[in-house]
Amino acid sequence: MATLAAEQSAESQVQEAAPEAVVVRFAGDSGDGMQLTGGQFTLSTALAGNDLATFPDFPAEIRAPQGTLFGVSAFQINFGSTEIDTAGDTPDVLVAMNPAALKVNLAALKRGGLIIADTGEFTQRNLDKAKYTSNPIEDGSLAKWDVLAFDISALTVEAVKPFGLGNKDALRCKNMWTLGLALWMFDRDRQPIVDWLKAKFKGKPEIAEANIAALNAGHAYGETAELSGPLRKLTIAPVESEPGLYRTITGAESVSLGLVAGAQLADLPMFFGGYPITPASAILHHLARLKEFGVTTFQAEDEIAAICSAIGASYAGQLGVTSSSGPGIALKTEAMGLAIMTELPLVIVNSQRGGPSTGLPTKTEQSDLYQAVYGRNGDAPMPVIAARSPADAFEVAIEACRIAVQYMTPVMLLTDGYIANAAEPWKVPDPASYAPFPATFLTEKNAGERLLPYKRDAKGARAWIKPGTPGLMHRIGGIEKHAETGNIDYSPSNHQAMTDARKAKIDNIVVPDQEVCLGEDTGRLAVVGWGSTFGPIHQAVRRARRKGLPVSHVHVRHVWPLPKNLGALLAGFDRVLVPEMNTGQFKTVLRDQFLIDAESLTKTSGQPFSIAELEAAIGTYFDGIPDNEGGEVPANPAQLPVAESGYDDGSLKAVNP
Amino acid sequence: MNDMTPITTTLKDWETDQEVRWCPGCGDYAILKAVQRTLPQIGADPAKTVFVSGIGCSSRFPYYVESYGFHTIHGRAPAFATGIKLANPELDVWLVTGDGDGLSIGGNHLMHVLRRNVNVQIMLFNNEIYGLTKGQASPTSRLGTTTPSTPQGSVDRPAQPCAFALGSGARFVARGFDVSKHLPDVLKAAHAHQGAAFIEIFQNCIVYNKDVFNDFAAPKGAEDRQLWLTDGEPMLFAGGTKGIALDHETLSLQVVDVADGDWQAAGVIVHNVRNRAIAHMLVEMPFGAFPMALGVLYDDPRPTFEGAVIEQNSRASEGRDASLAKLLAKGQTWTVTGTVADPI
Repeated sequence: MATLAAEQSAESQVQEAAPEAVVVRFAGDSGDGMQLTGGQFTLSTALAGNDLATFPDFPAEIRAPQGTLFGVSAFQINFGSTEIDTAGDTPDVLVAMNPAALKVNLAALKRGGLIIADTGEFTQRNLDKAKYTSNPIEDGSLAKWDVLAFDISALTVEAVKPFGLGNKDALRCKNMWTLGLALWMFDRDRQPIVDWLKAKFKGKPEIAEANIAALNAGHAYGETAELSGPLRKLTIAPVESEPGLYRTITGAESVSLGLVAGAQLADLPMFFGGYPITPASAILHHLARLKEFGVTTFQAEDEIAAICSAIGASYAGQLGVTSSSGPGIALKTEAMGLAIMTELPLVIVNSQRGGPSTGLPTKTEQSDLYQAVYGRNGDAPMPVIAARSPADAFEVAIEACRIAVQYMTPVMLLTDGYIANAAEPWKVPDPASYAPFPATFLTEKNAGERLLPYKRDAKGARAWIKPGTPGLMHRIGGIEKHAETGNIDYSPSNHQAMTDARKAKIDNIVVPDQEVCLGEDTGRLAVVGWGSTFGPIHQAVRRARRKGLPVSHVHVRHVWPLPKNLGALLAGFDRVLVPEMNTGQFKTVLRDQFLIDAESLTKTSGQPFSIAELEAAIGTYFDGIPDNEGGEVPANPAQLPVAESGYDDGSLKAVNP
Repeated sequence: MNDMTPITTTLKDWETDQEVRWCPGCGDYAILKAVQRTLPQIGADPAKTVFVSGIGCSSRFPYYVESYGFHTIHGRAPAFATGIKLANPELDVWLVTGDGDGLSIGGNHLMHVLRRNVNVQIMLFNNEIYGLTKGQASPTSRLGTTTPSTPQGSVDRPAQPCAFALGSGARFVARGFDVSKHLPDVLKAAHAHQGAAFIEIFQNCIVYNKDVFNDFAAPKGAEDRQLWLTDGEPMLFAGGTKGIALDHETLSLQVVDVADGDWQAAGVIVHNVRNRAIAHMLVEMPFGAFPMALGVLYDDPRPTFEGAVIEQNSRASEGRDASLAKLLAKGQTWTVTGTVADPI
């Protein structure tokens, strides 16, 4: 129903057939285990063969006070029997574990959608905390939705009674009860969850058994409720996908695995210098567990030391990698300049979040593009590439390693908070299918009797010389250096030559020609995206094309240098629209590089674009009304994150004095 | 400090073809010579030696030593050195920094390289001034120092480099000065120490802070003003007529007179480089009332950071399959054959 709702609503309302896609949002208190529930539901969905996309949203506070509006944690999943590219615009089903969860998520629920609510949590105290003056379940205010309200808390406590848990521990099983119900609703196998619970609580079998009992009880409840209520069992057919082995993957995992693969393809040990920052820390956590792959992880004293240690490791002959988010990337900037000046390979992963300054640590944005492309002192060119989805981040990480090693340059890889946290099915690639790009080190003098550390190869790259190599002692540093010897050289002609050489090296990086990922190579409108806007743009363009609109989708991975054919490609369209989760940064780059009249569609609410928003924006190019194209998409109350997420309305003090 | 086959070099072998560009008369020349004199004596291999520096007059040092050299960015040399040592622990890494580079902009990194105990030698050239930027007050400038940035005299209290190092957890703390003939011995001891070795080297900035250390560094009367510490030897100075004793009432050091060479009767302390409590007193011993404590103040090695990392990495890898194909396919997977998914 969800992604295809717009075009299908008319016909499908009367049909009883299973929908092609469904959007479910699990919402509860941050202590209710909603992310865990969502994660396990995702797994079962993947195992059922549906395509899917998820959107986890949680408060910035570690333990927001219980029951408050800003302490609500939510997890949305869109799954179906067709290609799914986004977490879905509006939920069909909302699971609300308490009044606060209902209040902040209700606006999102589609008309006629289903609310599943735990009445056990709709106490006066919780209603007060959620600022309800009357109980919405009883006052008729939910009339335009189907409501399935019952005491999940009590049913859970009852189900786990045989295991002798205290009330508090018993209530902790609520999320599994709810998951059990959800599994019944969508006709899913419980066994993978049972296996997971047994593994998770290996040392505490009674907790494992209690959770399994809760899961089974929720499942059994579905059967009963079906008889009399609005609950229906839906079977979503598996999506048609390429044969192969699949798993689910988040962007943070995918980047980590891609870096490991990239280091192997470069035949180098990897050194990862990191510093804790949301949402980038997950990469450090993943890599810290992969030491057997020749990975050394180093939690540095700050962001600066993290990148400097990585550059030190690259200097010593390993593949240096560092990772952060906007504010941390800002701190690393000076060191990036040194890596550019000393021409050492380095991969810098930026998991973008809302800015400026600390901004929105747990929300997504694409607003570090200027920082990545232009944001350094001096003429300091650096390649920038962007991942468009969690699975794509694997490929992009390998590409970042390739460019870094082959061109002796730092490379910035852009992902964002959405990609880092979201999960999607991933066809497990065969590592042998990637062309290796082994690094080479200079082992003897490269100019007869002389060593010229800055002598360049045909690609413009200098040689990589490992300290420890006999006879090749030399000095490098951040001061302008002689074009061949690398010794200090401030002379005017030399600085000019070196500035040109650094620029030419990056300009001439070989990147694949830009392809159109949906639609014709010329036409009325090209919608050009980069990064995590891929999903909503792709679906919106697809819908527009079904309506017969001549629209194409172009999605750019190589942000800098841009594909050589991109200018000509875009010139083949009458209009170019660039939707971005910033105030129009890539639009500026395209105008700057190609002198094309790219127009901007911006959204800076910390929410991804919804498909409907982009579909509407595309529509303005064909509605005959002049000058209503592009512009700004306002915050969307139906979307995650919700308005209350992470917002202290003063009740923080009231609840937790 | 690294187990390497000693190789034979001469001072000349450690000179580069680069013209040394410090001001004539700068203390850095003497330190450079002391280092170039020391390296052959310890059997150092130019190919395995790396000089890493930050920014400042002192940080030009790597360009003048015929080894590998990395002139990095302001204050961050310890972080680069940490990455270098983790990537290749076989390299013999010397870090060159100054009072501004190491204690102001880079104070954080200096603290962490010391507490982690990365096996490097850290030479902090202390001239109590910013030289390269033309003479502003530095974090070690004495109260009241008049400079272009402090025309009415500095009002911020100076940092004490050796106290900072010890407080950060350093296991080797030593002091010397540019023209001292003992400097190579201090450097040798630092090199022999396994772990982060911190050496404060007083260095005369001839242009912006001339002769500021003359009170103890000038040859005339040096005996009375310098306390050279040797492990296992009594803390004597002024030709053996004075010594350092511990006042047991106040638990503080005091200067005592030694009559007829009987230092034991005067209660003079025997220097024990592993005594951390006394080391704390020595690094804070105020010059004037006391002589300047020089030489190896503290030396008590502990396992190195890179050693611990490498050991942990190898333990964590033990018996683990490093197959990338298996890693990628980890977790719960399913196989699609045609259009039907089969969970496995």
